[in-house]
Amino acid sequence: MFTSVDDVSARLAETGYLASPAVATTVFLADRLGKPLLVEGPAGVGKTELAKAVAQVAEARLVRLQCYEGVDESRALYEWNHAKQLLRISAGRDETWDETRTDIFSEEFLLTRPLLTAIRGDDPKVLLIDETDKADVEVEGLLLEVLSDFQVTVPELGTITATRRPFVVLTSNASRELSEALRRRCLFLHIGFPDEELERRIVRLKVPGLDETLAHSVVRVVGALRAMDLRKVPSVAETIDWARTLLALGADTLDATVVQATLGVLLKHQDDVLKAGAKLDLDAL
Amino acid sequence: MTTPAGVAERLTSLVGALRAHGVRIGTGETVDAARAAEVLGLADRELLREGLAATLLHGAGQRPVFDPVFDLYFPRGVGGPERKAAGRDDLRDRLAAALAADDQAMMGLLAAEAVDGFGGYGSSPESDGWSSYQTLERLRPQTLLARVRDDVRGRGGSEGFTDRLLEDEIRRRIETFRRLVATEARRRVAERRGRDEIARRAVTPTADRVDFLYAGKAQLAELRRAVHPLARKLATRLAARRRRAARGTIDLRRTLRGSLSTGGVPMKPVLRRRRPVRPELVLLCDVSGSVSGFSDFTMLLVQALHDQFSKVRVFAFVNRVDEVTGLLRRGTADPEGFSSRIDAEARLTGYHGSSDYGMALGEFAERYGDAVGPRTTVFVLGDARTNMSDPNLPAVRQIAGQARRVYWLNPEPRSSWGTGDSAAPDYAELIEMHECRTARQLSALVARLLPV
Repeated sequence: MFTSVDDVSARLAETGYLASPAVATTVFLADRLGKPLLVEGPAGVGKTELAKAVAQVAEARLVRLQCYEGVDESRALYEWNHAKQLLRISAGRDETWDETRTDIFSEEFLLTRPLLTAIRGDDPKVLLIDETDKADVEVEGLLLEVLSDFQVTVPELGTITATRRPFVVLTSNASRELSEALRRRCLFLHIGFPDEELERRIVRLKVPGLDETLAHSVVRVVGALRAMDLRKVPSVAETIDWARTLLALGADTLDATVVQATLGVLLKHQDDVLKAGAKLDLDAL
Repeated sequence: MTTPAGVAERLTSLVGALRAHGVRIGTGETVDAARAAEVLGLADRELLREGLAATLLHGAGQRPVFDPVFDLYFPRGVGGPERKAAGRDDLRDRLAAALAADDQAMMGLLAAEAVDGFGGYGSSPESDGWSSYQTLERLRPQTLLARVRDDVRGRGGSEGFTDRLLEDEIRRRIETFRRLVATEARRRVAERRGRDEIARRAVTPTADRVDFLYAGKAQLAELRRAVHPLARKLATRLAARRRRAARGTIDLRRTLRGSLSTGGVPMKPVLRRRRPVRPELVLLCDVSGSVSGFSDFTMLLVQALHDQFSKVRVFAFVNRVDEVTGLLRRGTADPEGFSSRIDAEARLTGYHGSSDYGMALGEFAERYGDAVGPRTTVFVLGDARTNMSDPNLPAVRQIAGQARRVYWLNPEPRSSWGTGDSAAPDYAELIEMHECRTARQLSALVARLLPV
């Protein structure tokens, strides 16, 4: 899919995703080694966006499995279409049992869910398993077979093996420790906050109308906030929101009043707003 | 595999060093790492670093161990820098310029020159090794702050609102430089004394394996930041244990009673329902200076677990005991505020300032005896060093008799229990005592010992 690490960065950048060297290297390796990619990091640094960007670059279909507590085999893998099976049975009244039985457990009555969809068919696919940590431990067991051998066993049909391996991205917010077995099968990538220069480029790309020097100041203030001991430090998504807010307000330079008025875009807890206000010497309201 | 032999050897010793630091790496991952090295090539060191990290590591917490070890096994170069430092003032001038421009590459070069020029020690210069401490002591990069700040301001690099951020930014850059110096000194020492030894000894372990009693300020801060995620993990583990515990054994009487309607055939087994208990927790913490890192971390952890336990009471003592439950704010872990509130508001010392377990335990049994009932699990946190005074075993016996369970978590290594003024063996006869030196041990113990 990619020829070199630089190729990864360049092509991801075309889709509007600016990758740090760590991200580009790991994506390149995931592609070359054919291993799933486990992405961790704070909320709002672009974990899901990465999967979307890779899909766009590879001109692949994005198959997404959103995990939540209680997601199970029938949501993740496959399910038999019972209603349709019943209709089929009542439609073929005069058939023998054997005919009906072989017929209702055929592909026509199979409802494929994301994991099965991703390994069937010949077109390129990117499988995104989002917020894996939200799923129960049992689902992880299910993922193991899919991710190590790219195959799924349906008792009535046999084992379905991928003819073309999808590019797999798993994301996690680390709200639960994923099992060692799952981690072992994946390449691990931690996306942290970008460095100042990269973040500036991201802001300039996402908010094109923003003045160069203002973008510079925005990133510096966010950097200072991240160095503080806050409950929830602003992420890249918040930086972009803030830049958009400043643009909408028509502010062309930062000053204490503007920052004070818009700090709520960056910080989501009242304690944090107060603490940051004190540290940045903003005048108390 | 077409990896050159030298690389394979180096890679396996890198893996060995990481394993010695408790990073669990299987052979499969090592093979993957070799394939990554093959695909990426050895030309670009930073690419190789990211590639090996992606294949070998399983969590972000392992990265602080990985980076220094990587620097040792795949060093930036060999020997000293090509350019020798001309002198202290020259180096400081160039460092100030690099700091002002935030030029990372230049700072790396300067760190190499600095260690080379000022870090060597021994009877004849450079004979025994290289010291980052000595380098930084001679160079004193922190004193460059004002100069760099004025320099940046003079060139108009910082004006308006963001000017107030400048000093902190420069401080962070200086901190980066100090880390570069430490890395460089480690590299030079490793050349002299052997990589494997330095990789095992001179790389700080991950935060959850740091000994509470020897943790530095930065490590303690990192541990405190880890409280919340750790609490969340423990909470899910406890919830899972609780779910499993709810599937009880068969209630024979009710199964038979139910089977009457089906002619005596037990069609539906009735399971014994566990009565939901409301476990009560009492924490008794030594907060004297010697163990403060340990006890306030533990208290914060239990406090963060408060969703699981509606009834938590926390008592602190040095030589007198006082309840500090009210000083912990629910729902937030706010370590600095908490310790200072304890200092300001709780009365923990009388007559003298050193800890006295006998007196404190006696006072607890007397004043707060009613806090301990048949549903209470008591945790005592402390090193059991009584400063030679009476350990007051009857009070402990009384507490143990009243409570459902009593555990003692001791931050000292088991081998030093009973040495000097430690009364640990005496207490351990009455109370189950566990060694609890690191966050890793603590989380394992808490998950095992906390009542469901």
